[in-house]
Amino acid sequence: MSKKILIVDDEPNIVMSLEYAFKKKEFEVFIARDGTEALEIAGNELPNIILLDIMMPKMDGYETLKQIRKNKNLDKTKVVFLSAKNKMADVEKGMQLGADSYVTKPFSVKKVITDIEEMIA
Amino acid sequence: MSNYALILIIVAYLAFLFFLAYWAERKHRGRLVNNPYIYVLSLAVYCTAWTYYGSVGVASKSGISFLAIYLGPVIAMPLWIVLMRKIIRISKQHKISSIADFISMRYGNNRPLGALVTLTCLLAIIPYISLQLKAVSETFAIVSRGDSYTAMGIFDDSTFYIALLIAIFVAFFGTQSTDASLGKRGIMATVALESLLKLVFFLAIGVFVVYFIFNGTTDVYESALLTKNFEKLTSLGGLEDGFNWMFTILLSFFAIFLLPRQFHVAVVENQNIYHLKKAIWLFPLYLLIFNVFVIFIAWAGNIRLTATVNHDYYSLLLPIQEGNSFLALLVFMGGFSAVISMIVVSTLALSTMVSNNIIIPYGFIKKLVEGNPEENAKNIKNIRRIAIFLLIIVAYFFYILYSNQLSLFSIGLISFVIISQLAPSFFLGLFWRRGTAKAAKAGMAVGLLVVMYTLLLPIIVNVVSPQTQLTSSNVFGFWWLQPSQVFGVDYLTPESNAFLWSISFNTLAFVGLSLMAKGNYRERNYAEMFVHNENYENLQEGAFVWKGEAYVADIRRLLNRFLGETRTERALTIFNRKYNISEQEEKADARLINFSEKLLTGSIGSASAKILLASVSKEKPISLVEVLHILEESKETKATNKLLLEKSEELSQMASQLQSANQELLFQDKQKDEFLDTVAHELKTPITSIKAASEVLEDDEMPPELRKQFLMNISKDTDRLGKLIHNILDLEKLSSSRTELKIRNGKINKTVKKAINGIERIAAQRKIHVVFEESDYLEGMYDEDRILQVLTNLLSNSLKFTEEEKGIITIVLEEKEQEIAVVVEDNGRGIPEEDHSYIFEKFYQSKNQNIKKPQGSGFGLAICKQIVESHSGSIWADKNVPNGARLVFTIPKTT
Repeated sequence: MSKKILIVDDEPNIVMSLEYAFKKKEFEVFIARDGTEALEIAGNELPNIILLDIMMPKMDGYETLKQIRKNKNLDKTKVVFLSAKNKMADVEKGMQLGADSYVTKPFSVKKVITDIEEMIA
Repeated sequence: MSNYALILIIVAYLAFLFFLAYWAERKHRGRLVNNPYIYVLSLAVYCTAWTYYGSVGVASKSGISFLAIYLGPVIAMPLWIVLMRKIIRISKQHKISSIADFISMRYGNNRPLGALVTLTCLLAIIPYISLQLKAVSETFAIVSRGDSYTAMGIFDDSTFYIALLIAIFVAFFGTQSTDASLGKRGIMATVALESLLKLVFFLAIGVFVVYFIFNGTTDVYESALLTKNFEKLTSLGGLEDGFNWMFTILLSFFAIFLLPRQFHVAVVENQNIYHLKKAIWLFPLYLLIFNVFVIFIAWAGNIRLTATVNHDYYSLLLPIQEGNSFLALLVFMGGFSAVISMIVVSTLALSTMVSNNIIIPYGFIKKLVEGNPEENAKNIKNIRRIAIFLLIIVAYFFYILYSNQLSLFSIGLISFVIISQLAPSFFLGLFWRRGTAKAAKAGMAVGLLVVMYTLLLPIIVNVVSPQTQLTSSNVFGFWWLQPSQVFGVDYLTPESNAFLWSISFNTLAFVGLSLMAKGNYRERNYAEMFVHNENYENLQEGAFVWKGEAYVADIRRLLNRFLGETRTERALTIFNRKYNISEQEEKADARLINFSEKLLTGSIGSASAKILLASVSKEKPISLVEVLHILEESKETKATNKLLLEKSEELSQMASQLQSANQELLFQDKQKDEFLDTVAHELKTPITSIKAASEVLEDDEMPPELRKQFLMNISKDTDRLGKLIHNILDLEKLSSSRTELKIRNGKINKTVKKAINGIERIAAQRKIHVVFEESDYLEGMYDEDRILQVLTNLLSNSLKFTEEEKGIITIVLEEKEQEIAVVVEDNGRGIPEEDHSYIFEKFYQSKNQNIKKPQGSGFGLAICKQIVESHSGSIWADKNVPNGARLVFTIPKTT
């Protein structure tokens, strides 16, 4: 069974690259443009991985993560922040909220993929 | 002992002192010369032959009343830590070299006042010096003859030579420098040694009398019990005697400050203000030790010696009677030391006063102005040397002529009474700003007249015609005018009587006249500097208010005359550096005037310095308002307090201003940080996108259409990046106003149309209506390209925030009095109320930092604001709109 990954970002170009790369690695890829959409898809699809941007319209990444962690069905889901916010405080806040990893933008797609494969191996 | 041997010893002793002075002068930086003990011992110049011999005389006749003269200084000493510190600070600050200079400067460098103080001092001190000479002569006679001391004729000459030797000593070591305010280490070293010797030798005779002639103090006491009048000698008189005690203590209290020699050793020769700390306990101790044996020597003399001998010389006669001529010689040398130190310091102080306060300001100043530096230095020194010789010679002749009638004790007290006439202007002047020069002169003159009438007149009458009994008769028929019992107060000693009335009338005149009329601005300025010296210490040259015109070149020429070119150059360089004044500065200011006055004061006294500077500068009287501004606000409020209060208010205002400025800066700083974060974030987004796409493109199996799409994305993101950078730079240029606007007269109607044209295509795509109510006639002054940028920005914002198909954007032009308002209104989602005031800030970011704003809104409005403001217009968002946004900006109308 292929792994499910949910990519949450409002930048279509970034999403497009990630989508292509993960599909190539035979992930089942879902896409959300903001937090609310992400929660809906996550609840239905129960992905193994969620890649989460922080600065998004409507609901930000932190809030989205909080909501995800409230859902018992998503206990096993790994959440990785992908954000341009690279201050220590931002990273700490993300990890405290229960993220499994925090990747700062600009990132290397290859590195993200290897990290995630390790994480769910 | 033969008188030749004695002369030999005296000459040897003087030679030794010369050598010591010479050595100390050369080692003037060494610790041996520069320590508090030298300072304390030099203060002991207070103990003269009067102490050395006279105290015993008084003790033998009238008991312990001699002590009063030492109690004054003992009481005064603790006060020194405050009072003397202040006096020394002021003196060092103004380069004061004598008490006459001190008082005349306090009252605005008043020339006649300085002269009057000098005359008062001469009147007081010359007889005093005579008495010292008399003591030398008489003791010389006692020691050299051993049997008789009454015949004196042939020894007068030796006294004269001794006087001359002392004069040479003072003239040599006292005039090493033209600057009289500089210390004379050589002389002070000898004075300190003499103070030590006189103490040791006096203690030696005390021990000899008590423990060798008698068997201890009890033995002396028991033997003395048997002498007649003993009761009287050991008890204090009643209340009336109490008054005499009190006045004598007060007299000596004044004397320790005011005697020229005391002022000289305590103030002018003070090398370090911290030496005072030692002095305040060590000097009273010195006086105490000195007086321990006085009473015993007096009793012993009363017991052992015949009543016909001079009681003053008990301490010499006792060892002679016991056959111990060596001890007698020591006592003589101790007394001789007391005499020379007193004469040396007194003539030194007086000669400075005479030259700086009488001779130079009243006659020599013209000559000095014309002379060259070497000649001037020579002239000034010579004036002082001549003054020294004159003083000693006058004192010598006074001694020959008049001093036979008076005892050491009484002439000492008379001198104290005269010198105490300086007290009101000196002490009140230190603490009371109102004191004026006129009042000081009047008070002093009145006091001196009273002294002459009550104290000197009876003595003179007595000398001229001993049969006239002035004291018991009515004067001009008025009983209360009796010199020694003014107003019928008949229980006071002549000195206490004279002191009481002279000081009362003096103070009355001083205070009264000071209250009646204020001094001129100069007096008030100096009063302020003296009374509140702690406030002006840091101001230094700036403390003196002076207005007028003077040229640096003139002042330089003047200083050259007195200091020589090298010293002048050095002094002026230091001055210029200190106040950061250019060497090329032509006009002199108050600080330079004051600085130069100080430089000259040391050499020629303050009064002459003032006259000299006046000769090269045109001083303008300062208006009362200006002086008031600096010195006093009203009769009641103290000017400095007021000034300080104002200053401190000013300061606290500045502090709060600084604080708010700081807060503003912190706020801006925070905004800047946020701005940078936003910029970074905005930049990172396209970069991430480009990087991700290029990585993905490495995949060779990617279908061509997708590959094309990725390449297009990269291209778009690059454009986005470029536009972003352009915007940031544009904003930066605008905010640092480095772009020049091309402002021209233009029809705003046309410009708006151009802007609408630019967005028409996108509006049509999104089916949004753009309505423009044209007003063809309006003309404004603006840079069309820039205003077009503003309009485009506002329009694209409206396009972004309005819904497709339903959106309506309206543009209206409104004519105001001096400007044109351009209104861009839409029916979109509007601006959150909390953000209204922030949207134009260049570092604006919505309050919730993690919620992304619609793309592109980051810098647009900030750029608009910069552009509009550089046209002297303003831009704002209207809050009173039910829905949508209504942005307004203004540009100047063509007039």
